[in-house]
Amino acid sequence: MKTFNYHSAKDVKEASKLASSNSAFLAGGMTTIPSMKLGLASYKDIIDIKRIKKLSGIKISGKTVTIGATTKHSEVASSKDVKKAIPSLAALAEGIGDPQVRNRGTIGGSIANNDPAADYPSACIALNATIHTNNRSIDAEKFFRGMFETCLKSTEVIEAIEFSIPQKSSYQKLPNPASRYAIIGVYVAKHKTGINVGITGAKSCVYNDKDLAGALTKNFSSSAIDSVKISSSGMNSDIHASSDYRANMVKAFAKKAVDAC
Amino acid sequence: MASLVGSRVERKEDKRFLTGKGRYTSDINIANQTYAIFIRSPHARAKIKKIDTSKALKSSGVVDILTGEHIAQDKIGGLIAGWAIRSEDGSEMKCPANPPLAKDSVNFVGDPVAVVFAETLDEAKAAADLVKVDYKVLKAVSNLGEAMNSEAIHDGIDKNLCYDWLLGDRQKVKEAFEKADKIIKLDINNNRLIPNAMEPRACVIDYNTASEEITCYTTSQNPHLSRLIMSAFGGVAPENKLRVVAPDVGGGFGSKINLYNEEIVCSWASKKIERPIKWVAERTESFLTDTHGRDHITHAELAVTNDGKFLGFKNETIANLGAYARVFGTVTPTYLFGPCATGVYIMPAAYSNVKAVYTNTAPVDAYRGAGRPEATYTIERIVDKAAMELGMDPIEIRMKNFPTEFPFKQTLVHQIDSGDYVAGLNKAKEMADYDGFAARKKESESKGKLRGIGVTSYFEACGIAPSPVVMMLGCGVGLWESAEVRFNPTGQVTVYTGSHSHGQSHQTTFAQIAADELGVPIENIDVVHGDTDKGTFGMGTYGSRSLTVGGIAIVNACKKIVNKGKRIAAKMLEASPDEVDFKNGEFVVAKSNKKKTIGEVAFASYLPGVRDEVKSPLPEGDEPGLIESSFFDPANFSFPAGSHICEVEIDPETGHVKLDKYTAVDDFGTIVNPLIVEGQVHGGLAQGIGQALYENAQYDDSGQLITASYMDYTMPRADDLPDFNLGFTCTKATTNPLGVKGCGEAGTIAATPTVMNAVINALGGKEISLPATAEKVWKACKEMKKSNAKAA
Repeated sequence: MKTFNYHSAKDVKEASKLASSNSAFLAGGMTTIPSMKLGLASYKDIIDIKRIKKLSGIKISGKTVTIGATTKHSEVASSKDVKKAIPSLAALAEGIGDPQVRNRGTIGGSIANNDPAADYPSACIALNATIHTNNRSIDAEKFFRGMFETCLKSTEVIEAIEFSIPQKSSYQKLPNPASRYAIIGVYVAKHKTGINVGITGAKSCVYNDKDLAGALTKNFSSSAIDSVKISSSGMNSDIHASSDYRANMVKAFAKKAVDAC
Repeated sequence: MASLVGSRVERKEDKRFLTGKGRYTSDINIANQTYAIFIRSPHARAKIKKIDTSKALKSSGVVDILTGEHIAQDKIGGLIAGWAIRSEDGSEMKCPANPPLAKDSVNFVGDPVAVVFAETLDEAKAAADLVKVDYKVLKAVSNLGEAMNSEAIHDGIDKNLCYDWLLGDRQKVKEAFEKADKIIKLDINNNRLIPNAMEPRACVIDYNTASEEITCYTTSQNPHLSRLIMSAFGGVAPENKLRVVAPDVGGGFGSKINLYNEEIVCSWASKKIERPIKWVAERTESFLTDTHGRDHITHAELAVTNDGKFLGFKNETIANLGAYARVFGTVTPTYLFGPCATGVYIMPAAYSNVKAVYTNTAPVDAYRGAGRPEATYTIERIVDKAAMELGMDPIEIRMKNFPTEFPFKQTLVHQIDSGDYVAGLNKAKEMADYDGFAARKKESESKGKLRGIGVTSYFEACGIAPSPVVMMLGCGVGLWESAEVRFNPTGQVTVYTGSHSHGQSHQTTFAQIAADELGVPIENIDVVHGDTDKGTFGMGTYGSRSLTVGGIAIVNACKKIVNKGKRIAAKMLEASPDEVDFKNGEFVVAKSNKKKTIGEVAFASYLPGVRDEVKSPLPEGDEPGLIESSFFDPANFSFPAGSHICEVEIDPETGHVKLDKYTAVDDFGTIVNPLIVEGQVHGGLAQGIGQALYENAQYDDSGQLITASYMDYTMPRADDLPDFNLGFTCTKATTNPLGVKGCGEAGTIAATPTVMNAVINALGGKEISLPATAEKVWKACKEMKKSNAKAA
């Protein structure tokens, strides 16, 4: 690991001020630190935002669940409020990585990193999330741009993620047996306003599968999915799963998700 | 006093390990130490044109940078193969030189070419980035199946072939096959595995410039052997000037049998730079450079009669040695593999033919089970296939071919002293509720799932010894084991063993044995191992040999103590030695009922006199003190055996295999500590299941290891495994006084075929390669559905 300057920001304003194109915010450090240790990334400044109290915590209103950016996966997984309002979201958090990761990793870190196989981005898509930063509020559909890419500016700090509470929802994932990231993860959510099917792991970036959502809008049952064609083109292919297998698993896990709704 | 052998004594090690008080190599720091970073080849195969260290040498904190040139100048020897294997045509095996730092060519990704020593780890890393190595990259040979048809990677080793070895009789097999009603054929792989000990390899070297002694703390399964090799072959220092200490070691599984480049280089360099050196592998280095396991391609054929009798068997295997032949590299796919090829069956004719080849991959060596899992996988898979093709039950076909009389002369080498294979399989059948499988299968089917059952019966040859046999087979050393038992004057006992515990719990098990032999409370017995300065020379721990060989040396040393104690007690009690009985720690003269405790005798042996009198308790000819040693070399290997049965449930929509039930019935002879044995079986099963369902080391065509982290190399996890249902049968070994057989590798040997037989059973006999990953299983399910639809 190359040497760097460590800062512990007392508030969001200070964190943002310290940031530059050669810095990284540190929350759980579940990706940043291994990348630095392996020499894949290096920064001049590391800005620790874990001590900013207002970035952590869970708030429930009648229609939404708002989770602070540095809230840990284990906190979301065990939150009675989240379990009651959006049980599928608590279940998603419970299935991330392993206990060590869940006790350090944060929701803000996960979506800012936008790993193509991370779990939370699919929840943001499915649950019509709004990402609140220190200077704007962004719709999830616009937030995720591409592989490890978001619309965040280098000085922008995610403060909280606000999820709409759906009528019913389920997240079903085929975990990579080694890393437990999603080989594919399908988040089906039925809102009054419509149906979303957030898919992670399948392509270079999370997406809302409009074909699946369309079929489910007509008939919200797993049999409706049978007739949807899922193309393997553009799907990831690696030693754990070919693109053809992924395409088929999108369908299989979408069915599981609908059945579990 | 109740016997401790056979009781669930809690581990003496637990408190230390569970409270973070273990002392591992990387916990050791020597004042003024430097930090080593090895510069490793990023290429699988290349010529080294030039190494430029000039810029790096000027980097902050650098003490020195050494390369293969320096090694050659100082005539430091390389790494060696411990067993010399001959080919079928009588020619000797071919081994390339393996210098500790490559000078002219590199042969796998991770092959070290230079080493930086600096004041801090960060400075060493920064300087390592500045070392410029100019390579001429050559085409790598990374595919095992193509290795014999590829360019030779080592000069003078045609076809990359180390040896083409045969065990058995081709003519007899040919004749047997001519008589067969049916020939069952099977082409299978044994996937390559990375041992993944929890503690990465490390060494800390302390050279004393005044005494000229090198102390090497290292992560080794056999410190005495490491010292021998480093001294005799490495030429680092004479044995009396070299102390090797393997303190607490966090797992080995075979990967820490070898002496590695880093220990030789750092020991030699510490003397050269006159500074202590610390090196600790990072996890990636462990993946790249620890010896790997398995990696075979096998074609097997079994000749059978229509009623399921076995007539003959042939096993044609290509085994990957990796880039170089290491200590157990050449014997693992031959004498540890070939003799077990015919499994637990009466097999009138058989042969094993193994071609061991070099590739541009990490060296392959012993990994838990070493050869026996590969052999057992092959025979147990083909026996299941035979049952399927003959329309027989897998248990029925096994029972039909079991030997029922012991000693049993096994086809290829071994004379198996004891066993009861029928009892083991019957017990497993009952414990697994084999007869209830059909109902469970129906229930799974009602949920849209497939269910399969798998059976394996295995034996293994372990307790690796006896010296005259292993040396006849090509081993470079004898494989006896040593022990020394010392009474302190005040009655506690220290047991020194030449074997080494890196998770096996010798401190507990060996203390139990000594407690029973000496009648001393177990709290008063300590076991010392892992230091060439403490206790006698020993051969170390591998091949499930610690108890069967090392444990017996302790028993024999204790018996010598008791014999001397009898002579002393007799004099003290004014009787003759043959009138003295020893029981529960007391020497008793039956006719007078006078007695002395062993503690009193030990005390007297050290303080042999009394005030105002010239009087000694020591008989004439006996020396003071109560210390005895023993070297045990058994007459034969030991032969644990057993039968395992498991059930899997497969989701055909995803290919996910759920291991639902696992029953293991093992015969380890006498069990010293059931708690520890169960732990050994659990760990072994997890690794065997890992091979069946998860683990798979993969190199790409250019020889890059693409599974070099836990992001891609799948280890089995607790939530992948069911509660194991363990049972035991017992036929005692006849070749040692305790009747023990060894238990460390059994789980690994049996689990892989058991799980795969169950998976393939669920798939209706559709063959898939190891490991049974979800995608492969899903594809097989799809094809099965298609062919079922056709049939309908």
